[in-house]
Amino acid sequence: MKGFIIKEFLHIFRDLRTMLILFGMPVVQVLLFGFAITNEINHASIAILDQAKDETSMKITDKILSSGYFDLNAVLTHPDQIEAAFGKGEIKEVIVFEPGFGRKLEKEGKANLQIITDASDPNTANLLFNYTAGIVRDYSREMMENKKPPMQISIESTMMYNPELKGVFMFVPGTITILLMLVSAMMTSISIAREKELGTMEVLLVSPLKPFQIIVGKVLPYILLSFTNAVVILVLAFTVFGMPINGSLILLLLQSILFIVMALSMGIFISTVSQTQQQAMLLSMFVLMLPTILLSGFIFPIENMPLPLQILSNIMPSKWFIIIVKSIMIKGLGIGYVWKETLILVGMTLFFVGLSVKKFNIRLG
Amino acid sequence: MTTERPNVIEVKNLVKKFGNFVANDHLTFEVKQGEIFGFLGANGAGKTTAIKILCGLQSPTSGEIKVAGYDVYHQTNLIKRNIGYMSQKFSLYEDLTVSQNFEFYGGIYGLSRKQIKERTKYFLEKLELTGAANKILKEIPLGWKQKLAFSVAILHHPKIVFLDEPTGGVDPVTRRQFWEMIYEAANEGITVFVTTHYMDEAEYCERVSIMVDGRIEALDTPAMLKQKYGANSMNEVFIRLARAQSAEQ
Amino acid sequence: MRTILYILQKEFRQIFREKAMLVIILVIPMVQLLILSFTATFEIKNTNIAILDHDHYVESRNLINKFSGSPFFTISSFYDSYDEGVEALKSGKTHQLLIIQPHFERDLQRDGTGKVMIITDAINGSAASIMSAYAHAILIDFNKQILVEHFPNLSLSDPIQITVSNWYNPRLDYITYMVPGILVLLVTIIGMFLSGMNVVKEKELGTIEQINVTPIIKYQFIIGKLLPFWIIAMFEFSFGLFLAHFVFGVPMLGSLALQLGTVSVYLVVVLSFGLFVSTLTDTMQQAMFISWFFMVIFILMSGLFTPIESMPDWAQTVNKINPISYFIQINRMIMLKGSVFSDFTRQFYSLVVYAALMLGLSVWRYRKVA
Repeated sequence: MKGFIIKEFLHIFRDLRTMLILFGMPVVQVLLFGFAITNEINHASIAILDQAKDETSMKITDKILSSGYFDLNAVLTHPDQIEAAFGKGEIKEVIVFEPGFGRKLEKEGKANLQIITDASDPNTANLLFNYTAGIVRDYSREMMENKKPPMQISIESTMMYNPELKGVFMFVPGTITILLMLVSAMMTSISIAREKELGTMEVLLVSPLKPFQIIVGKVLPYILLSFTNAVVILVLAFTVFGMPINGSLILLLLQSILFIVMALSMGIFISTVSQTQQQAMLLSMFVLMLPTILLSGFIFPIENMPLPLQILSNIMPSKWFIIIVKSIMIKGLGIGYVWKETLILVGMTLFFVGLSVKKFNIRLG
Repeated sequence: MTTERPNVIEVKNLVKKFGNFVANDHLTFEVKQGEIFGFLGANGAGKTTAIKILCGLQSPTSGEIKVAGYDVYHQTNLIKRNIGYMSQKFSLYEDLTVSQNFEFYGGIYGLSRKQIKERTKYFLEKLELTGAANKILKEIPLGWKQKLAFSVAILHHPKIVFLDEPTGGVDPVTRRQFWEMIYEAANEGITVFVTTHYMDEAEYCERVSIMVDGRIEALDTPAMLKQKYGANSMNEVFIRLARAQSAEQ
Repeated sequence: MRTILYILQKEFRQIFREKAMLVIILVIPMVQLLILSFTATFEIKNTNIAILDHDHYVESRNLINKFSGSPFFTISSFYDSYDEGVEALKSGKTHQLLIIQPHFERDLQRDGTGKVMIITDAINGSAASIMSAYAHAILIDFNKQILVEHFPNLSLSDPIQITVSNWYNPRLDYITYMVPGILVLLVTIIGMFLSGMNVVKEKELGTIEQINVTPIIKYQFIIGKLLPFWIIAMFEFSFGLFLAHFVFGVPMLGSLALQLGTVSVYLVVVLSFGLFVSTLTDTMQQAMFISWFFMVIFILMSGLFTPIESMPDWAQTVNKINPISYFIQINRMIMLKGSVFSDFTRQFYSLVVYAALMLGLSVWRYRKVA
């Protein structure tokens, strides 16, 4: 048994390229994603069609451009140019001031401002519109400063856990999850499928080792590898991205191990249902990658999805792990708040282990 | 008796180095058309490297080498058209059927559809495997697979066929049958260049060369070698040569 | 040419032999297209809000009714103490907490200012800012309502009237936006993995050695290896377009021929990328991990899920080598905006250069030497 585990370790560690992939790549990815993946808007390209060119329109333009959200890409002179401006795909929004904007505002107390968005990307379009409209409303509120209404509700707004609304709070837990999931589940499923394909599995099966021991031997090195990865990612999150670890570090690490074991048992299961490495690979890829990105709340909040998909998301282990990570790291909560999610992960682990053992025994029998 | 046949392999001072390691140290030999040439040596003696060079898979460090009349430095593709190869690692497609494997390799060597059909039929009948033509290779026992691999290697009737440990892991009966196929191929004029570490198989060869540590230590007919080293079998010849080598060091 | 045909025949036979592979290649991606396209929205449709009413008078109740009447909010529960409310935020039962301060109504009428507090769970920063904006909008609206009641003569309308037109997609339907992108992803995954695994599989199983001693010429081998997967991926893409159009009603404003033309170039990039990876590796496991590494980076940085404009400059520079990003842009432009070739010449030529480069690299790396 011990010799067998050592063989598995040697198998992985001997190969420098595999080692580089296993440790180097998650680090590179966390760094890339932590910095690059965000749904905050800054420096969106916009165009302005100012048909008034008066003091007020210029002031509003200045205010919009100095907000940091927008970059002026083009100054248009005629409404016919709008279509061509959008055609190239760079410009995401056009702001149109009607002719005589400032004069109308002064004389009639009313003027029209039109915001045209490239809604082929509805998510960005919506955000851009909200940002722009917010800036314009601010301006008109400043204008009306002297006319304070006689009754006003004062709103105190607090952004809990993430006052600066940093994107990394959302994306780092997701990145940890997807990396652990893919590394653990894929590695095991492929490494077992490989033994099957090359025929070396039969040698193991006829040896005095019990199926259970074979699985443990296969999986143990990967637990260690993935755990090291988890720790490295956490250190990066803490030092580079300034993510807090408000809760118990030990609890967080234990939960990571639980999730890794879950992912590994899923990998074992995948390997028992596939005949070749290629099948195992594509299955893990499709079953794990896109659903882990899309159905886990990594990028898109689950509450916004249609109801059937919200229900479907419950079978995604990554959903529960993301909740756990956020609760412990950011909210600083203890096991009392995440016992339910923990139990679900434990249940899933047992489920996959049970299924695989059953499959294994059938093959033996 | 062998003198009237032309040489199909001519090797002069073949050297192959990997860094400081000399895998082939000034090999010189010729193989004649239709000959069964045994290429013996312990594991790591440099046999596989030499075969790869002769097949155009690796280029030599230096030396003059001609295979089937073509130069191994510049005419590898012409060489490949005129040779067949069967490696120690079984290398037909396990997920294709027997006849699909024949069809694929026949097609690659430029045989016409009609030729492929005829030759496939011929080999399957000879191997008494006609019934298994549409079976996937995975389902066929190893011994048969080896014979199939050999048939595929000579499907296009090459001038020379290189066999790298063709009978590894095969039972004695199948090995006998395999050697019968080799003799048949040689009778049809195909030169057979075979490596093996079964010394009894060396007895079946017309001439054998014995490699030790990258050099050819002996090259002659099995009878002459046994006489020269005063041995009863090729096995003894081999052991004496290997001992002499370690005594030198 | 004949040789290539034999290689093609062999590859197709091997692909179609494994029934499980067929399901994985053809069925699973389409099912994913149908399901996952619905997930990708930032639109906030419903926010759970908990209420902590310290006032319990008419106006505070009116305010609560305003929230419960809004389609954007669902009142998850009412609490009596601040601690209970914060607890609900912690456990994730609610995402927002509205606190109506004591003497809200009295202060409003006597001092002209009534106080409320909104606490938003801001772990998802951008969602939080939208939730907070919605809550503000309701409060401002409510403010206007009570002003009208108490001061009927007051002019309240905003002087600057903002109108919005959402071009190309007036209903802000994100499905039409996601489907073309997810389709690109799926064919990319299929293409890159199939071609990436194929050569290395022959290496691992030893069959490549037999191929190497045959007179197959390099370019014949490469074409024989790429073409089958190119055909499969083209088929898959076309079928996905069909689904996108007839199931999701994604418009096809541009030219279909133009789109198939660009996808055919794009697939060369993807397939030769995979092939290049497999020439660099010895085992399928290594090949898989390298492809996987690039794939995850390419996907997450492609602009499919998060806007490229939001990324820092260096990341946008990195994206210049991201083929998925180019093609998603082109694909969306053609389908959703009816863009013509001159609108995306830069992206198109980038793909052409990319294709030539990757193909060249993999031909160069693939040596017929053991």
